[in-house]
Amino acid sequence: MNPKQPLSARRIVFTSGKGGVGKTTTTANVGAALAKSGKRVVLVDADIGLRNLDLVLGVEKRIVFDLVEVVEGRCQLRQALIKDKRLENLSILPAAQTRDKTAISELQMSELIAQLGELCDYVLIDCPAGIEHGFRNAIAGASEAIVVTTPEVSAIRDADRVIGKLHERGLPLRLIVNRIRPEMVRSGDMLSVDDVTDILSAELLGIVPEDEEVIDTTNKGEPIALSPDSRLAAIYAKIARRLEGEIVPFTSLAAPGFFERLFRMAG
Amino acid sequence: MINNVLPDEAPAVAALPRKRGRAIVVTSGKGGVGKTTTTANIGAALAAGGANVVLVDADVGLRNLDIVLGLEARVRHHVLDVLEGCATLDEALVTDKRVPSLRLLAAAQTREKDDVDTAAFRDLIGTLRDRFDYVLIDCPAGIEKGFANAIAGADEAIVVCTPEVAAVRDADRVVGLLGDDRRVTLIVNRLRPALVRKGKMLSVDDVNDILHLPLLGVIADAPDVIVSTNRGEPVALDPASTVGEAYRAIALRITGALTDAPEIPREQTFFTKLFGGRS
Amino acid sequence: MFDFFNRMFGQKPSSETAKERLRLVLLSDHLSLAPDVVESLKRDLIDVISRYCEVDTANCDVTFERQDKRIAMLANIPILGMQRPTPPPPNSGEPPAPKPRKPPGSANRRRRRKGTVAQGAPRPQPT
Repeated sequence: MNPKQPLSARRIVFTSGKGGVGKTTTTANVGAALAKSGKRVVLVDADIGLRNLDLVLGVEKRIVFDLVEVVEGRCQLRQALIKDKRLENLSILPAAQTRDKTAISELQMSELIAQLGELCDYVLIDCPAGIEHGFRNAIAGASEAIVVTTPEVSAIRDADRVIGKLHERGLPLRLIVNRIRPEMVRSGDMLSVDDVTDILSAELLGIVPEDEEVIDTTNKGEPIALSPDSRLAAIYAKIARRLEGEIVPFTSLAAPGFFERLFRMAG
Repeated sequence: MINNVLPDEAPAVAALPRKRGRAIVVTSGKGGVGKTTTTANIGAALAAGGANVVLVDADVGLRNLDIVLGLEARVRHHVLDVLEGCATLDEALVTDKRVPSLRLLAAAQTREKDDVDTAAFRDLIGTLRDRFDYVLIDCPAGIEKGFANAIAGADEAIVVCTPEVAAVRDADRVVGLLGDDRRVTLIVNRLRPALVRKGKMLSVDDVNDILHLPLLGVIADAPDVIVSTNRGEPVALDPASTVGEAYRAIALRITGALTDAPEIPREQTFFTKLFGGRS
Repeated sequence: MFDFFNRMFGQKPSSETAKERLRLVLLSDHLSLAPDVVESLKRDLIDVISRYCEVDTANCDVTFERQDKRIAMLANIPILGMQRPTPPPPNSGEPPAPKPRKPPGSANRRRRRKGTVAQGAPRPQPT
């Protein structure tokens, strides 16, 4: 894990290859958890053309300028950043909705992320699905990566491809296994977390179980990391602590039993 | 062919010219909503019903149609090999193990979407339409070159959308890009009726109030899709699966054999009731 | 409960099937993503075999093939000639002293000059 850079922020890209595994939700919630713990966080939506980070955070009505306009010099970075109303340490830089991913270059992205890095402790970049231009832009400014995958065959295959690309760039990475269903793992109908980390040979950062509350909170634009009683909020808080270098054990979800001791289920 | 039919062979073969096949792209904008699963299952259902079907994976670099169908071991050549003349179409087409009238044309795994020439891809789809009753194209996520290639040559589109805000927003963008000269229909995937009742999930009407598309089908969220992908066996071929049933109904609506409006699932399946939606 | 029935009737849990399929497909993906590694492997393989026999390097081929539940490497390496077998060393009690191994390609030179009398052996003279 990279030590915190003395002058500028840690720049972490959240990527997956496969779409729909929860990159945006994860970026938003890890960011919220870090901000809640006192870190200054900027979230960057790199999905130009299909932006969703704004929606997940409930700031879609407050967008005035976007990332492309900053890069093209049509506004100041300050003007485009949206401060979260719930967490004073959290800001969002939205993507453009009416452009596409060729609107900016890797160099421009890299410079933008470096600029943001002067303003905070963490720059978290939400990467689009795929491994083309949008992906290359998103990783351009990053110093490390978090690969998000679900325990499903297609997602793991795509995560493997992305891990290969990240290795080519020399980016250190860790894995979050998202949307795991412990009851299906127990019945042998879903790959376990160990299966996933084994196949991908990646270091585990977090395990997030499937939770129907995520849909509800996204509908309302409220990251679940901010819900006081939510089990998922506790899990995102642990991920934030691990990012800060703390050793936090993974816990089992269900009541202890033979299978629960065999499988790490959450955390 | 018709001239070779002997007089005492029944039945009399109608002397109709072969109708050109239909090319349908399965798209969404948002990734992970079930495009590939839907393409595989509609294709399987159409083929099981007797049609000649070819499934084309347009997700260059991140192919998954092969693995969802359980055919990953049989892929020898892919679309780019055919387009670049390194292989013939027949060498690249993989025949499904269970349904012989279902064929797969896989994507290249180690190339990029920019490597595909849109016009050449469109011509390939045209060639496939001359050979098959249905050409189903699995579109990649996004709205870039991969999307542009996938929709080239398709005069019909199925938009797959889950009842979630981000998916609806992306689907809306895609509908705009598909334009007016294509027939576009909607499949709402992964509906959870219990959550809709509690007001915690968008309903099918909520989704279609925004998208305004003819509804082709509604599929409830069910764990057996994950199991079927694990095994590489499309649920549409499982007579016991309710999700399979939904896909089979969609296939019948595509062929025109079924004309009534899709049923909105009310209850979750027995499987999900037993194990619950939460962990 | 379903798991119990599945195991009773001999069906493997689908997660195990998924794991096996993934390992194979990723191996296949990795091989096709590393053509330079495959090239190095091919070169090294041919070098090793060339120490024992003479090979037709221009027509060597190494491919990877999916065979049901595994991936096999298939090497087609045409062999043009074999080194003479080396007798065991003297201190094992066996005669005679081992002939020095000819350098690679020497068999080839001998073969090309087919009509030439082998060194040291006079052509039989007609009587």
